[in-house]
Amino acid sequence: MASALVENHFRSNKLPHIWCPGCGHGIIMRSIVEAIDELGYNKDDVCVVSGIGCSSRAPGYMDYNTLHTLHGRALAYATGVKMANPKLKVIVITGDGDCAAIGGNHLIHAARRNIDITTVVFNNNIYGMTGGQYSPTTPTGEKGTTAPFGNIDKNFDLCNLAKAAGATYVARATAYHANMITKLVKAGMENKGFSFVEAVSVCPTYYGRKNKKGDAVQMMRYLKDSSVNVKAAKKLPKEKLEGKFFIGEFHKVEEPEYTEQYQKIIDSFQKER
Amino acid sequence: MTTTNQKGLIINKNWCKGCGICVEFCPTNVLEMKDGKANIKDIDSCIMCKQCELRCPDYAIYLGGKKDGK
Ligand SMILES: Cc1ncc(C[n+]2csc(CCOP(=O)(O)OP(=O)(O)O)c2C)c(N)n1
Ligand code: SF4
Ligand code: SF4
Ligand code: SF4
Repeated sequence: MASALVENHFRSNKLPHIWCPGCGHGIIMRSIVEAIDELGYNKDDVCVVSGIGCSSRAPGYMDYNTLHTLHGRALAYATGVKMANPKLKVIVITGDGDCAAIGGNHLIHAARRNIDITTVVFNNNIYGMTGGQYSPTTPTGEKGTTAPFGNIDKNFDLCNLAKAAGATYVARATAYHANMITKLVKAGMENKGFSFVEAVSVCPTYYGRKNKKGDAVQMMRYLKDSSVNVKAAKKLPKEKLEGKFFIGEFHKVEEPEYTEQYQKIIDSFQKER
Repeated sequence: MTTTNQKGLIINKNWCKGCGICVEFCPTNVLEMKDGKANIKDIDSCIMCKQCELRCPDYAIYLGGKKDGK
């Protein structure tokens, strides 16, 4: 028993999912499915690829072509899928650890190639699945099981990273802003090139508990209260932006897409024959 | 266990994990927590805004409409 959207786009016999009560991942997964529904894609034309992590379990519930691969390697598999069948709409679902630690190199090179893949990172600022080790997005000073006295590393801004590496669409929303995730994923999928959508999630079980952030409701409230849309930010005085992070569309440009460039080379040789 | 009503608001208590997100962000205070699960307290106030459905991590609350609201 579920909504029409859930019945149509999920393997509903696999639900409820295994995520903890109040885990933001479920909200983000629904927002992605809503984007696919609104775009009206044929389900057989969609392929969702993930690595390993709580976030990476998402494709197991989604009723499309799905691939659950190796930790950090989702983009490598997705590149293969897209090269083999460029007509597929390829989405990568990944976690901050999966995407930016073990998979960081795949991320920057997929971005640099501008291959037509939409990557959605469920950023909960921690390794959830393995019990709360700090990740490349754990803010400096915050705790993880591997940083009991506070993390001394500087954390990545994933959107800046993706943009610098060459992604042609870059945006961020949060689990609180479920509708915005749908909007950004739609725009990302319509961009012919590498799209990067950071969906800020909440992990009440590990990140929340380790850092005394309260329960899922309090963590969601933080996302609401601490985020500012980039468009609105321009008009706000500096003091109103203190301690806030930005959401919205950060970057959008048109550049040659990888599978199209590759096809051009194939075509040039076939003409000679 | 299912709840149906004139607004078509449905709670699937088997899927509800009791996080309380829907209760907190309902703009008109329709919902409450009862025995660790979401529960409809005041259906008349429901404005069918879908905020609960959008943010339920477990797809346990939704506006079913007439079609599957029976
Ligand atoms: C090669 C390899 N190294 C390490 C692991 C252990 N491992 C599984 S999931 C994970 C981190 C997951 O964190 P993240 O990607 O942020 O996802 P989350 O669980 O927080 O959603 C790690 C280190 C693994 N499965 N494979
Ligand atoms: S450990 Fe954290 S990320 Fe993993 S399911 Fe639980 S709340 Fe979600
Ligand atoms: S639809 Fe809106 S008003 Fe009705 S219960 Fe859900 S959040 Fe509250
Ligand atoms: S948001 Fe969903 S899982 Fe959480 S209490 Fe409400 S119905 Fe239950």
